[in-house]
Amino acid sequence: MRAIQYAAPRSLGDAVAILQERGNKARILAGGTDLIVQVGEDARDVDVMVDGKHIPELMELSFDPEKGLTLGAAVPCYRIYEHPEIKKHYPGLVDSTSIIGGTGIQGRASVGGNLCNSGPAADSIPTLIAYGATVRIVGANGERTVPVENFCTAPGRNVLAADELLISIHLPAPSAHSGACYLRFIPRNEMDIAVVGAGVSITLDDNGIVTAARVALAAVAPTPLFVPEAGDSLVGKAPTEEAIAAAAEIAKNTARPISDMRGTAEHRKHLVGVLTRRALHRALERARA
Amino acid sequence: MTTETKYRVIGTRPVRPDGVDKVTGRAIYGADVVLPRMAHGKVLRSPHAHARILSVDTTQAEALAGVLAVICGRDMPAVSGMAAAGEGGDMNMRYASNNVMAHDKALYEGHAVAAVVATSPHIAKEALKLIKVEYEVLPPVIDVRKAMEPNAPILLEDLRTDTGGVKSETASNIAAHLIAEEGDIEKGFADAAVVVEREFTFQTVHQGYIEPHACAAEWRADGQITVWASTQGSFAVRQQCAAILQHPIGQLKVIPTEIGGGFGGKIPVYLEPIAAVLSRKAQRPVRMVMDRTEVLMATGPTPGAYIKVKMGADKNGNITAAQGYLAYEAGAYPDSFIGAGMTCLFAPYNLKNVRIDGFDVVVNKPSSTAYRAPGAPIAEFASETVLDEIAETLGIDRLAIRAQNSAKEGDWRPFGPPYTRIGHQECVAAAQASAHWNTPLVREGKDGKKRGRGVASGYWGNWDGISSCIGRLNPNGTVSLLEGSTDIGGSRASIAMQFAEAFGVTYEQVHPAVVDTDTVDYNDVTGGSRTTFGTGYAVYKLAKKMQGEIVGQLAGLWDVPAESITIDGSSYSSNGHSATITQLAKLFEENGIHINASITAKGSNLSGAFATHIVDVEVDEETGKVDIVRYTAIQDAGTAIHPSYVEGQMQGGVAQGIGWALSEGYVYDSEGHLKNATLLDYRMPTSLDVPPIETIIVEVPNPTHPYGVRGVGEVPIVPPCAAIANAIHDATGLRLRDLPMSPSRVWEALEKQ
Ligand SMILES: Cc1cc2nc3c(=O)[nH]c(=O)nc-3n(C[C@H](O)[C@H](O)[C@H](O)COP(=O)(O)OP(=O)(O)OC[C@H]3O[C@@H](n4cnc5c(N)ncnc54)[C@H](O)[C@@H]3O)c2cc1C
Repeated sequence: MRAIQYAAPRSLGDAVAILQERGNKARILAGGTDLIVQVGEDARDVDVMVDGKHIPELMELSFDPEKGLTLGAAVPCYRIYEHPEIKKHYPGLVDSTSIIGGTGIQGRASVGGNLCNSGPAADSIPTLIAYGATVRIVGANGERTVPVENFCTAPGRNVLAADELLISIHLPAPSAHSGACYLRFIPRNEMDIAVVGAGVSITLDDNGIVTAARVALAAVAPTPLFVPEAGDSLVGKAPTEEAIAAAAEIAKNTARPISDMRGTAEHRKHLVGVLTRRALHRALERARA
Repeated sequence: MTTETKYRVIGTRPVRPDGVDKVTGRAIYGADVVLPRMAHGKVLRSPHAHARILSVDTTQAEALAGVLAVICGRDMPAVSGMAAAGEGGDMNMRYASNNVMAHDKALYEGHAVAAVVATSPHIAKEALKLIKVEYEVLPPVIDVRKAMEPNAPILLEDLRTDTGGVKSETASNIAAHLIAEEGDIEKGFADAAVVVEREFTFQTVHQGYIEPHACAAEWRADGQITVWASTQGSFAVRQQCAAILQHPIGQLKVIPTEIGGGFGGKIPVYLEPIAAVLSRKAQRPVRMVMDRTEVLMATGPTPGAYIKVKMGADKNGNITAAQGYLAYEAGAYPDSFIGAGMTCLFAPYNLKNVRIDGFDVVVNKPSSTAYRAPGAPIAEFASETVLDEIAETLGIDRLAIRAQNSAKEGDWRPFGPPYTRIGHQECVAAAQASAHWNTPLVREGKDGKKRGRGVASGYWGNWDGISSCIGRLNPNGTVSLLEGSTDIGGSRASIAMQFAEAFGVTYEQVHPAVVDTDTVDYNDVTGGSRTTFGTGYAVYKLAKKMQGEIVGQLAGLWDVPAESITIDGSSYSSNGHSATITQLAKLFEENGIHINASITAKGSNLSGAFATHIVDVEVDEETGKVDIVRYTAIQDAGTAIHPSYVEGQMQGGVAQGIGWALSEGYVYDSEGHLKNATLLDYRMPTSLDVPPIETIIVEVPNPTHPYGVRGVGEVPIVPPCAAIANAIHDATGLRLRDLPMSPSRVWEALEKQ
């Protein structure tokens, strides 16, 4: 293990300048719960860690009933699930952030880091997709916005260029009668990587008819998997037991998992159906509450 | 339930002497040892499961700034012969040496092939990348049944199958075929109304001690070697190092550190001889610490296995015959505790007609070692689930069938001698009377989950072994008690309590310490559930010896015949003289008299420990996930010296058993690469997976111990796997016969149902 440099820029501009100069050997450090582990295991070759936690935009956490939620890329999980407006309006985000690692990890781990690490099994990404979140990215050529479902490109890879960093994540304002939920399956009751995860959202009109629904899955494809067909199948319908089962079946048939030491492909496919169904029921309860 | 007040100290629950240091972080574990000019060692490990080592080029690594020395197989002395190494009996030291550092062949992924010492651990790690090893990769064999096939790849060209002392003519992966037989099984099965025969498979699991292996060594220019080791047996480390290093044993001193768990896995040496050789080359003390992946890849584990069990019973549920076929994976080198597995297979029951065949088989996995009741949990998983099936077929209550067939004093057991007074029947009776058993099971859990209840019994023998200790009466009436048994589970307290009881002082007056191999005489390892028994027996004798010395000295000081002096607790009196130990200590000091004694004692423990467990599980039939909702462990402790530590041992065994049953297991690919060598994917249970475990201590005193002690540490890991499988059956109707009973396996079985 070699010595590694540490930089703590105070502005987006300074951070981008370091990224531009050092290229691939520079990495943004948020909570470090992925990055430091990977460097320690020789899984990532890093010359300089660029701490994002001193850049105000990366630590912002604000809610506006009109504009929605702005989640700075380096805000740790515990600040998210303890936030009163988030508890009220984004319970799916609470589901995700309160199961990443354990209490200790949640004191550091960020949703931005979870997203930028771009693991297929990441617990916050399906939820962000279900909420229709977008991300704000900055680089040498300025800013751009990308929907979360288009962010990850392969295991550990995403759309960020070497000179770019994630500023924040934006979740649209919650509509009336909407609910969301994230469920994951793990063999133990904590400290496991998702064998399968399902993040869903559902919105009803005043008559209880579904106006929008989104389903996204973890650990069943090389990237977090958005399954628009599953959510769309519910739109215009009453969310009956059968309709939800049918949506879950679509999700199940879309999943293309592999067999590994965490589970077999068959079991994973089956679990997609079970979790999507259960998550939709829970989201529906929340939408009606 | 605890001991009646027959004793003053035994049965109470005092604070452990090492507690404050441990909770405040002051305790020194293996990785905490810091020595002047200390350097750091790291091991290069084989990426292949089976490969011939053609060459090792260390020149580039040696050239890296900060590197002090590099070694590989050719730097280790040639070794032959055997050395005593704990409850496993003697170790083939050539194999042990090859396991520490591969000489010509790497036999498992993670096998040490070279090592570096540098001024920092980081430089040592970088230097590993510069060592060039040329391998000829060989086909691996990682499954016991494949390894037994006649044309399987051979791991050890010199290995011959030993069948009752007769060696096979050709090389084989089967190191031994053991047979235990009694009565006439043909007749027994012919007499049966029901016969059940089942096959089982088991994956390799690891002990999972919290503290990774760590040690330090200093090889001085005068030939004196000092080793600091986190170990279950400092004398076993001394013997193994002497043999592997071919060094005079008198010039080796082992200083045991505190130990963060061992469960049998800290009996063999891994790093110690390497650290010593590196120290000699670097002329500096060397510390070595494994990371978790090294621990999982290269230490422990317990054997994977294939087992077949056949049992028959008459229509009343009396077992008429039992047969077992056990093939255990020893890992890279022989010795899988197959004999222990055979002894335990049907141990809770009185059997007239038995045949057990056991096979010790080498495979390309880490060399297996003891793990808490080694060999027993998987053997008894097989027999206890088969017995459950017999009870179900005959419509007999599950505890009743265990009671009616229970082994008792005088009954036969494999490899003899017959049982002395044992407490299995009492455990089953306590289970029948327990609150858990008498609380009706609510069959429906949350969200439609299914609940079921299971029971199982288990046995583990107790080892006696040799223990030595030294007692010194201090001028203030306290006693310094020097022990050589390393303390892996609270034994300093349980030993001090027995000494206090025997010597007539309070627990607080005894100051126990675990000392090095130069300070105290020989001790066998802390293993085989022996320490509270064996070292307890030694301190009992030590206390009597010290009392004898006191009486002798008093006779002179008081000018009375020694026989006239009576001892009552801590007070000595004769002919109008009377004094407490505290007063006497002062008196002796004033007269220049010092009371100290040392003892070496070998108890004789022909008894053993039984347990019966009850568990309620909840199964999510949609996902296959099993949760434990209630657990009661019942165990015969003989006499519970410190009931809290007995309960702690019972709960710890159950926690490990839950992991073994539901989530733990090595996952290998076809090339023999271990795919889950991290604690993320080698899934030991977390605190959320283990419910509060209720304990019921049964006390059937062991007739071969002055206080009736039985070893309590190991047997509680024996019943859980079977009890949980039986509970899953009760909940779902499934009979699962492969461990772990992971969600995907449970779900697949439910799909096939
Ligand atoms: C014990 C343990 C348990 C865990 N359990 C879970 C779990 O249950 N579920 C789960 O999903 N994950 C889990 N993880 C993984 C990890 O904690 C999460 O992925 C976490 O959200 C990462 O956030 P972080 O802030 O620590 O990211 P970091 O480690 O700081 O960063 C992660 C990656 O993202 C990059 N990055 C971070 N911020 C930015 C940015 N603003 N712009 C560009 N790149 C950026 C980093 O360079 C790095 O490559 C666990 C990890 C550990 C150690």
